Amino acid sequence: MRGRYLVGRLVQFVVVLWGAATLNFFIPRLAPGDPVRERLIEMANAGGYMQQGIEQMVKAYDKEFGLDKPLYIQYVNYLWQVLHFDFGYSLASYPAKVVPLIMAALPWTIGLLLVSTVLAFSLGTLLGALIAWPRAPKFLRFFVGPLLTFSAVPYYLLGLIMVYVLAIILKWFPLSGGYEVGTIPSLSLPFILDILKHSFLPAISIILSAIGFWALGMRGMMVTTEGEDYMVMAEAKGLPGGRIFYRYAVRNAILPQFTALAIALGNVVSGSVLVEVVFAYPGIGSLLYRAISGSDYFVIYGVVFMVILAISIATLLIDLTYPLLDPRISYRSR
Amino acid sequence: MATGSAVIPQVKPAVPQGRTRLGAFLAYCRRNPNLIIGLVMVLFLILIGLIGPLFVNVAQAQPTSVIPDQPPSPDLLLGSDDQGRDLLAVLVAGLPLTMRVGFIAGAVGLTIGVILAFIAGYQGGTVDTVIRLVVDTLLTVPGLLVLIIIADSIKGVISINLMALVVASLAWMHPARTIRSQVLTLRERAYVQMAKLSGMNGFEIIVRELVPNLLPYLAASFVGAVSAAVLASIGLEALGLGPQNEPTVGMTIYWAISFDALLRGLWWWWIVPIVVIVVLFMGLFLISAGLDEVANPRLRRSA
Repeated sequence: MRGRYLVGRLVQFVVVLWGAATLNFFIPRLAPGDPVRERLIEMANAGGYMQQGIEQMVKAYDKEFGLDKPLYIQYVNYLWQVLHFDFGYSLASYPAKVVPLIMAALPWTIGLLLVSTVLAFSLGTLLGALIAWPRAPKFLRFFVGPLLTFSAVPYYLLGLIMVYVLAIILKWFPLSGGYEVGTIPSLSLPFILDILKHSFLPAISIILSAIGFWALGMRGMMVTTEGEDYMVMAEAKGLPGGRIFYRYAVRNAILPQFTALAIALGNVVSGSVLVEVVFAYPGIGSLLYRAISGSDYFVIYGVVFMVILAISIATLLIDLTYPLLDPRISYRSR
Repeated sequence: MATGSAVIPQVKPAVPQGRTRLGAFLAYCRRNPNLIIGLVMVLFLILIGLIGPLFVNVAQAQPTSVIPDQPPSPDLLLGSDDQGRDLLAVLVAGLPLTMRVGFIAGAVGLTIGVILAFIAGYQGGTVDTVIRLVVDTLLTVPGLLVLIIIADSIKGVISINLMALVVASLAWMHPARTIRSQVLTLRERAYVQMAKLSGMNGFEIIVRELVPNLLPYLAASFVGAVSAAVLASIGLEALGLGPQNEPTVGMTIYWAISFDALLRGLWWWWIVPIVVIVVLFMGLFLISAGLDEVANPRLRRSA
């Protein structure tokens, strides 16, 4: 039974990736216009060239990228390339290939997102659990209002306000970027501190606006759990409060939070793309932003595919570890 | 019409419906002040777009109509941007556009979602499995990125309505998922069995029995869908993928970011769009929080 679930889940994983690749392939081809031609004409206009050579250039490019072949052959070739993590060349910074550009940006994004998501998830879940817990200190409840307000603000707009107040007016934090301009990236202590200093504002704006979501979800589940009979039983047995709180209430209420985490990851990534733009953070989001404004199509497709791949792997891991968290579901087939 | 009968179970058919329903609605609002506060916030924003053009020259929302980079003053209440747009005119002209994208996308998304939810929930079987799998799968994909691909390939020709359709293309999964589970519980209810026995066909049961009872959920889903659609459209626009000639809220943020308004201290350029967005999201959030009690009657006990 367990094997069947595993196989089904893996099939879903492959289907998502195939869908993402197919989308990347077909949507631009359904759209009016020819990206390569447009881009070349744009570049030619920028350089002030005459347009005579453009047609030959387009033909040469079409040949190079295999765009002169029938659609289904292009499609098969495309899937083959994607399978080998080959997304072609960047149009804006030719002859740089797309994959190295993404690989250079990926660690920044993963570092920022991993830390801020884990922090927001743990803090929010703990806060939500405590708000719903009758014996928790009352002052915690005052956090609810402000956190809900923050969660109504998209990550990046909160980021804009924080940059203005904390970086421009108060000058407590660096304005933008991932590290001080002019320093050489290394594994030394000052450089790591510098990275932390630069990532503080983007991270805190993600954490602040995400924490309310997790707190609310956890509070709802805690309220439901507290009504269960086994909670009454635990109270009646006279178990210590901490044990009831962690082993009985939180242990059960937290399960849907993990399911929500798998679903929320997509939104977290979407939001953080714009956070990186606001902070000019050297991650995937900024790369994507530059690619969009420079009509660098292959980079856009590459980034979108890689992010969907990363999220699919993350949700797959969450789903596969879920039976460990909730032993009841491990042998049930879906 | 059996409209709203789930909201007010105590209504007896003999009582004149309009009045009691109004009374019940008022009583509901007294219990849930969130709903009223939220409605007032959203209505206020709608009014800016409706009444604003009477006092403000909307034509000044286009570039080079006033002196650029002016801070707020009696002449230009909200100042002007780098390209000479009057930012008050931008607000009055752009806010309704942004809300229109949200409402159209929310409505289209909800309609598709509801249709799929009814097919899945009422038919069950393989159809249900397929729809559920597709929805669950799509929900894990980062929506904004997919929208980026779509919006980017129609960058040149995008209009407000097209923008709404692009956003709607991913706005149906959440309604489909939540309403499907409601349909699953409703279809086992006695009155649905009753209707089946009395010879109604599936379509009739859906339209005459299920939909009226689902109205509160539909309202809550709609609010959620609008909110998500506005968020997505502003996100796309802030990345520069919106309609370039329209002064929407998201495009204003895009221009402010790309002209370095932050660094140059032109705070009036971006502060108003942010305030508007916060008010809009808070308003929609309060409305959906206010509708929570309808959607989950169990809350009534815990509250």
